[in-house]
Amino acid sequence: MIRKSLVIIGGGPAGMAAALGAVKGGLAPQEILILERDKRLGGILNQCIHNGFGLHTFKEELTGPEYAARYEAQIEEKQIPYKLETMVMSIREGEEKEIIAMNGREGILEIYAKAVILAMGCRERPRGALNIPGYRPAGIYSAGTAQYYVNMEGKLPGKEVVILGSGDIGLIMARRMTLEGAKVKAVAELMPYSGGLKRNIVQCLQDFDIPLLLSHTVVDIKGKERVEGVTIAQVDEKSVPIPGTEEFYPCDTLLLSCGLIPENELSLGCGVEISPVTGGPVVNECLETSKSGIFACGNVLHVHDLVDYVSGEALEAGERAAEYVLSEEDSGPGGQELTVCGENGVRYTVPSTINMNRMKETQTIRFRVGREFQGVKVSVYLEDTLLRSIPKKTMAPGEMEKVILLKKDLEGKEIQRIRITIEEA
Amino acid sequence: MFDVLIIGGGVSGCCIARELSKTQRRIGLLEAQPDICEGTSKANSGIAHAGFDAKPGTLMAKLNVRGNQLLDELALKLDIPLKRNGALVLCFEEEGLAKLQELYDRGVTNGVGELQLLSGEEARALEPALSEEVKGALYAKRSGIVCPFGLTIAMAENAAENGVEFYRGYRVSAVHLNESGTYSVSCENGESFETKILINAAGVYSDVIHNMLPEKEGHNHLEIVPRRGEYCLYDKQAGNLVERTIFQLPGVYGKGTLVTPTVHGNLLIGPTAEDVPGKEEVNTTKAGTDLLLSNGARSVKTLPGGKQMITSFAGLRAHHADHDFIIEESKGYPGFVDVAAIESPGLTSAPAIGEYVAAIVQDIKPAPMKPDFKDTRAGIVTTEGKTLAEKKAIVAENPAYANIICRCESISEGEILAAIHRPVGATTVDGVKRRTRAGMGRCQGGFCSPKVTAILARELGIPVEGVRKSGEASVILYGGLK
Repeated sequence: MIRKSLVIIGGGPAGMAAALGAVKGGLAPQEILILERDKRLGGILNQCIHNGFGLHTFKEELTGPEYAARYEAQIEEKQIPYKLETMVMSIREGEEKEIIAMNGREGILEIYAKAVILAMGCRERPRGALNIPGYRPAGIYSAGTAQYYVNMEGKLPGKEVVILGSGDIGLIMARRMTLEGAKVKAVAELMPYSGGLKRNIVQCLQDFDIPLLLSHTVVDIKGKERVEGVTIAQVDEKSVPIPGTEEFYPCDTLLLSCGLIPENELSLGCGVEISPVTGGPVVNECLETSKSGIFACGNVLHVHDLVDYVSGEALEAGERAAEYVLSEEDSGPGGQELTVCGENGVRYTVPSTINMNRMKETQTIRFRVGREFQGVKVSVYLEDTLLRSIPKKTMAPGEMEKVILLKKDLEGKEIQRIRITIEEA
Repeated sequence: MFDVLIIGGGVSGCCIARELSKTQRRIGLLEAQPDICEGTSKANSGIAHAGFDAKPGTLMAKLNVRGNQLLDELALKLDIPLKRNGALVLCFEEEGLAKLQELYDRGVTNGVGELQLLSGEEARALEPALSEEVKGALYAKRSGIVCPFGLTIAMAENAAENGVEFYRGYRVSAVHLNESGTYSVSCENGESFETKILINAAGVYSDVIHNMLPEKEGHNHLEIVPRRGEYCLYDKQAGNLVERTIFQLPGVYGKGTLVTPTVHGNLLIGPTAEDVPGKEEVNTTKAGTDLLLSNGARSVKTLPGGKQMITSFAGLRAHHADHDFIIEESKGYPGFVDVAAIESPGLTSAPAIGEYVAAIVQDIKPAPMKPDFKDTRAGIVTTEGKTLAEKKAIVAENPAYANIICRCESISEGEILAAIHRPVGATTVDGVKRRTRAGMGRCQGGFCSPKVTAILARELGIPVEGVRKSGEASVILYGGLK
């Protein structure tokens, strides 16, 4: 049996930054334990060998493994304990949380902790959820699986490729597969806009003359044993394929990059409330879930575009978890409780509540919009009173946005709701 | 020289093999695909049908009821996932109530026990998710859910433990009657076999095998129509929508759309019924999915959302115009036994088909029983549903059980190694999936298939590029980078 103050589930960018945040918040490193299921720390960064990471955090452009290595070095330097190839099977909530985990060296571990940080990341939306008709041959991979094969195993999973979905991993893999000699014939995107970052569309598709077919989807997969081709059709504004627009693309591989889903099986298992919009836990200003002492950060909370933002959020979660562990008070914080509401195109906000007693001088609210906007402003209202507006030339679902609230703006106000909304500029 | 050679490693062929392995004979089984359970047996409803549906007096009715009876004991002896969850046949119109009564009477005639007619309210009391439109229901307590792979593979493993020789990747190309009265069977890979008795259990290809012997009196041309059934499979989060298997009153094309939990806790909706020209047309269609969802929505108030659907798939039933099983020794070719037109309820009937065919074989050429027949088989050890203490013991004994490969279904390297190294073990990614459920969860193998591929390569001693998803052409990787 192991007893710790804080157990962090996941040793990717979120988990590592959370651990550093907890140390910053005053926890002794040996009171922390990171549980990582893979052979090394770093999570999915290890297979993201392209660059573009760290522009915000380190003010320089790093590859995924380099970015991970910088955090890993800090973990080692501070001697924060971690266990690799260790899979967490369950979490039980309570004043003391019970975590059941296992690995091949130690067998089944029973770990007890005052606080837990969920940092399990996300997974790719599988084919079933996309419901593509056709055969079930080999050659259909999620973009991340293809990335694993190419970058981790050094193997080519396909030669002639069609990509469905223009999520960032799909865009990155369009370039990666092309560089490895594969022919990427098209990227089909169901929506009239890409879900990926603008820079990836330019650097990964346009620079390689790979067509991006917006408002298109795959309507059939041919090939009994290995993919032999896919049929792509245009869709109408309701995403319904338009008859007569079908075009057959011979290919041996279909990569799917149709969005990411926070991986919350463990969270659900311990009763954490999950937002139907983000697929991640509902959290307060401390990034604490509906279960006291269980925090969440990174892609398990909501899917981020940039790892830099994950690190920032996780650092915060770590500090808050340390505060929780070190705090003497048994009861809740008391005080005024504000609800943060996303309106008119703002799909969700993280956090969704703010307790004024625990609010710091500033509070970052992260959110995403549900469609593309041009020439608008993000307005923050306290109930019906406008607090502030920030002009935005363009907004897209693929780009995470944030506003920063100041405590002094909220203090002493007779309000219950903070509304974040998109308005005409 | 074989005493008996079976063509087809589906559930029929494997049940026949297991039943015959009780006797002192040299028995072989040829399977065209690289693994058993690759045809109709892998893509069906997974129901242990009670037996009220088949027309009284048919072989189908007889073997269905008998097969269903045999399943309980077999499930215990061979460690096959089976749950007696009961079934309801729903009727949505007052006029249908007479048809329910007809089904009830038919069930009684067929010897099905524990049938009960319910009002709409009574049915909804049992299954609160049922639609308000339900006017009445037939309740069959003897209906169950069974793992179709589990049943087929358990039979095959037990048969192999009792001496049956399995030849996978042996697609039969010709059958020839020798002057001596034996049969020569040639395969596409150049191998050939000689046997005294030949059993044709080739599923949708049973007409092709049958017709390899020239037509003559007592051996007419046979035609099997592939009838496609599409299915939608939902996440385990949706698995408790209903507890029982929910049928609708049968139509011309079969038992209608069912909504059922699977024995592993998913929710399954299906099948469609559409005759298709090709014997490999297991593609799903948008029309099929749409039909299933609209039909399914008649039975229950609300179907799970589309995001909960983890996959859709299709299987082909081996349909014959007479809609009855054809299990007989050819009158034109002594020693050639057809086991054809095994469509639904073929899975349920399979253990009884095994008995029935064994009796035919015994009539053709008797053989003594094996004194040392091993009638039990233990499934792959899993940690699923075990207590913490039990899990600790399993992991302590074999640390590979602590290395989780498939996160969605919590399947460890321990289970996968066992699947590969058992009798008639897995050699493909799909083979591992059907033996362990690795890759059957909500991510559908996105995370674990590279790991399973690597384990297969290591354990089989082949390069990773040599590993296949299922068939020989189902290449996963094209080799190293440039």
